[in-house]
Amino acid sequence: MIDFRFFLEIIPQLLAGLPLTLELAGTSILLGLVLALALALAQQGGNPLAVWPIRLFVAIFRGTPLLVQIFLIYYGLGQFRPFLKEIGLWWLFREPYWCAILALTLNTGAYGSEILRGAIRNVPRGLPEAASALGMSRLLTLRFIVLPLALRAAIPAYGNEVILMVKGTSLASIITLMEVTGIAQGLISQSYRAIEVFVAAGAIYLVLNFTIVRALHALEIRLTPYRSR
Amino acid sequence: MLDKLHLLGFGEGGWGAALLGAALMTLVLSLLGFLLGAVFGSLGAAGRLSKNRLPRALAAGYSTIFRGVPDLLTIYLFYYGGSIALTALANLFGATGFVGLPALATGVMAIGVVSGAYQAEVYRGAYLAVERGQFDASKALALSRYQSLLLVVLPQLIRHAIPGLGNVWQLVLKDSALISVIGLVELMRQSQIGAGSTREPFLFYIAAAVLYFIIAGLTDLTFRAAEARSWRGIAR
Repeated sequence: MIDFRFFLEIIPQLLAGLPLTLELAGTSILLGLVLALALALAQQGGNPLAVWPIRLFVAIFRGTPLLVQIFLIYYGLGQFRPFLKEIGLWWLFREPYWCAILALTLNTGAYGSEILRGAIRNVPRGLPEAASALGMSRLLTLRFIVLPLALRAAIPAYGNEVILMVKGTSLASIITLMEVTGIAQGLISQSYRAIEVFVAAGAIYLVLNFTIVRALHALEIRLTPYRSR
Repeated sequence: MLDKLHLLGFGEGGWGAALLGAALMTLVLSLLGFLLGAVFGSLGAAGRLSKNRLPRALAAGYSTIFRGVPDLLTIYLFYYGGSIALTALANLFGATGFVGLPALATGVMAIGVVSGAYQAEVYRGAYLAVERGQFDASKALALSRYQSLLLVVLPQLIRHAIPGLGNVWQLVLKDSALISVIGLVELMRQSQIGAGSTREPFLFYIAAAVLYFIIAGLTDLTFRAAEARSWRGIAR
């Protein structure tokens, strides 16, 4: 029943999509982290002109499906081609690759900013107070007291977000990018062996996600030596 | 852009009714998938909490696999896999050719399996959050295991599960958009059709986003109300 030769045949084909999956996930997670940090920090002052637009952005990207966001950016904005050409951004919205990265980045930036905002809020209040009593400026306090603690505390929750992003890259296949899921779908519709292809492609994702979870766990332990046993 | 708004209206050439109908389909699909997921989730949680090793391993495997693999891949598994199985079955009974599975059934199945993997974790956590003393008390009252589960544990478990279930529901709602790839005309698919035939993708995807946003917001309020209600009469 189980045909190992078939597995040997499809695994290299599926692995050929792995670089694209990693590229999409890696780029959008890194850019998304920068965006998330910027959004979380911009809300710290409590300035309503900063807080409300960010809240709205976050609510929109968390309240709508990622697929709608990808389609809106790729197909929806494609409608404004003359305007985008005029402002010199057409190269970006023309390519499904950049549209996928943009959608994934904005999406994870919105989710990530909430994680970081919560982590910053959970830093014990006495610490920044002590820092200011020592005469540290707000920037110094942020850099040396608040952020190191908050970023460390955010690792487990951010890890979940990273896994969701890795899974989210599969949606790029719907706008023609042949990453692992896109290749898997092609293989299934050619061979009609859904289970075998699912097992092989699923194993690639599971190994990838397992590696990420272990790596983040190791990072967390390394960054919290005082708590390790 | 604004002069095209009539395309979303209910008059002639308006897509309003079609989009609202499709939004209803999204709601039905998500609800059925979520309920099926509650069945799989309960089984998964029961397995994880079992004293025996086999159900524990099976449930852990189920939960890990379907939370770690992209939902789109799972959807393809059920779409193609279901059709292949059904075709084989039909051929067994003398039918010939390819038999496709109805898109709604496939979608409900796929969403059920994925959300069940997440719900299993929620139910397991909620079960463990029920105070130990409640189990002892029901034993002291000589309630059978079944009675104690049904009358004592479940009502309290639900209270702890509601916030987590609310999160899973939001996930399910957004996942339901992926069912559009197998041709079910729910909100995402209907807006694709509208976008294609009017050549106004921006307008239609914005409309879809707004409808998803409204559904997500209203259902979130429902979960919050349920949560508040479940804690009534309990001092916190």
